[in-house]
Amino acid sequence: MSNTAPPDDSNAAPLLPILNQPSSRRTALKVAGAALGLAAFGKAVSPLMVIPENVSVDEFLQQHYKELSDDDKSKVFARLEAETKEHYGAAVTISDPQAIPGVKFGYAISLSKCNGNGACMEACNKENNHHRGVDQSYIRVLEMSKGSLDMEHGSTTYDHTVPQDDKFYMPVQCQQCDNPPCVTVCPVEATWKEDDGIVVVDYNWCIGCRYCEAACPYHARRFNWEQPEIPAEDVNPVQAYLSNRIRPQGTMEKCHYCLHRTREGRAPACLEACPTGARVFGDMNDPESDINYVLKNKRVFVLKEELGTQPSFFYFFD
Amino acid sequence: MSVGLVAITGLYLAANIGSPPDPESSRLSPVTSAVPPAKSTADGVGGSELPASRSTSEDANPYPTTIRKPIGPPQVLTGITDPHGNAVTVSCSTCHATRKPNTENKTMADMNEFHGSLKIAHGNISCLSCHNANDYGSLKLADGSRIEFTEVMSLCAQCHGPQMRDYEHNVHGGMNGYWDLTKGSRQKNNCIDCHNPHSPQFPKMQPTFKPRDRFLQAHPHE
Repeated sequence: MSNTAPPDDSNAAPLLPILNQPSSRRTALKVAGAALGLAAFGKAVSPLMVIPENVSVDEFLQQHYKELSDDDKSKVFARLEAETKEHYGAAVTISDPQAIPGVKFGYAISLSKCNGNGACMEACNKENNHHRGVDQSYIRVLEMSKGSLDMEHGSTTYDHTVPQDDKFYMPVQCQQCDNPPCVTVCPVEATWKEDDGIVVVDYNWCIGCRYCEAACPYHARRFNWEQPEIPAEDVNPVQAYLSNRIRPQGTMEKCHYCLHRTREGRAPACLEACPTGARVFGDMNDPESDINYVLKNKRVFVLKEELGTQPSFFYFFD
Repeated sequence: MSVGLVAITGLYLAANIGSPPDPESSRLSPVTSAVPPAKSTADGVGGSELPASRSTSEDANPYPTTIRKPIGPPQVLTGITDPHGNAVTVSCSTCHATRKPNTENKTMADMNEFHGSLKIAHGNISCLSCHNANDYGSLKLADGSRIEFTEVMSLCAQCHGPQMRDYEHNVHGGMNGYWDLTKGSRQKNNCIDCHNPHSPQFPKMQPTFKPRDRFLQAHPHE
C-alpha cells in the first residue's frame, strides 16, 4: 500500500521503553519524573564523588586515630604541621602525649573563690588556638543567683564589676564524665574516653553531625562553624593531635583538660590563669593529691548528678 | 618551650592580680625564691618555717615548690619627690624610732599625722597586732616574737589556719607550673600577692573577655 511505513521504532531495540510510547501527557509526566529522580539521586550522592576543596586526598584517606600506626601518625602530624604552616604561617609541633598509666584526672572549682572575672575563658582561648573571630572558649562562666543551681537561669553576658553580692559564679566546661552521653551518641566513634578520664575527639574523623553537642547536658561541646582565624603570632605552637591543634571547619571540639600540658605533668591553662586560686587539678588515684584533699575535706557536688553522667569535675563552697 | 609558657602565664597571672594602688602596701618581689626545706629553716629567727613545705615529701619529688616572697621591710612613700623627680621613700624606723607606740591605733581616724591614704579593713585588730613596736623593720607574732616581713605567711596563718591548710594543699592561692612534682617545679603566690594586708578582701574585678557563641546572646525576654 501507499502507506509504506516509515522506519518503525519497534524494529530497533528500544533504548528506553519509555521513549517508544506515544507522546501523551502521561508519557511526558513519566519522563519528567524519571529525569527529576535521576537528578535528585545524582545530587544526593555527589558529595561522595568529589573530595571537598578544604580536604586533601591524604586527609580524606586518613584512618581513625586508634588505627594509626606510629609511622602513620608521624606522617599525619607532619602533614598537619605543614598545613598549619601554609594556612596560618605558624611553625608548630604536633605531639601525641599518651595517658600516664595509673593516673585519673580530676578537677574542682571553689565557687566561694571564683568571682567571675573570666580569665580562665581567655586563657583557654589562647592556649587552645580557638577561633579569634568569635573568641571561642571551652569554658562558660555562669552568673547565678544565690540559692539556685539552675543552669538555665545562669547569665553568661554579665558585664559589670564582679563579684555582685547576690550572685555566685560557676565556670562550666567539659566534665569529663565517666558515663559520657556524647561518646554514646557519636555515630562514627570519633570521640571516646581515654584511660586517664579525658574525653577526646579525633577532629579528622568527626563528621560534624553535632549529635554530641545535643547529648551533652553541660553544653560543653563546641562546633567549628568556620575555619578558625588566628593571627600567626597568636598561634600556640605547642600542640597535640587530640587537644589544641587548630581544628578543621565542621568538626566538634571540647575541653580536654589541656592534655598536651597535663599529660606532661603541667597544670591546665585555665588553672594557671585563675587570679582567685579557685581551681584545683590533680590525679584522683593519688590519695595525697590536691584534688583528693578537696574530695575528702570539702563539701563537693557535681552538676546534674541525677543524670548519672558521673563527672570527673567537682564544685565546692568553702 | 614549656618554661616560656609558664613564664608567660605567670606574668599574666601577676598582672591580673593587680596590687591595689596603695603606696603603703608592702611591695612585692617579682622574683621567686625557693622555699627552703623544712629542716633547714630552723634558724631560730622568729620561727619562719613555712608550713607549706610540709605538704610535699622532698624525697619523692625532685622538683621544688617555690613561693613568691615579699621583699623585706617596706619603704613608705613620703609624698615628696627629689630634684630628679623620683619619689622619696623612707623606712618605717625613720619616724617610729623616736615616737612612742600607741597600741590603741586601729583605724584611719586614729592616724592624724601620717598613713592618711591607708585603707584599713582587716577585722578589729590594731596596728600593733602585727607590726612590731620594738623594731618597725619587722613584724611580730601573737606571742610577741619577732618575724621578718619576708615570712609574713606565718603571721597570717596564726588566725587564718583553715586557709593556710588549704594553701598547703594548693586549694588556696593558686599555682603555676606542674601538678606533678616528679616532672617539674611549681610556683605559688604568698598571702599578700593577692590580699592587701591592711584590707585583705579580694578586690572587685571587671570581666574583660566574653566568648561570642549562641548560648552567650542575651535572652530576648530578659
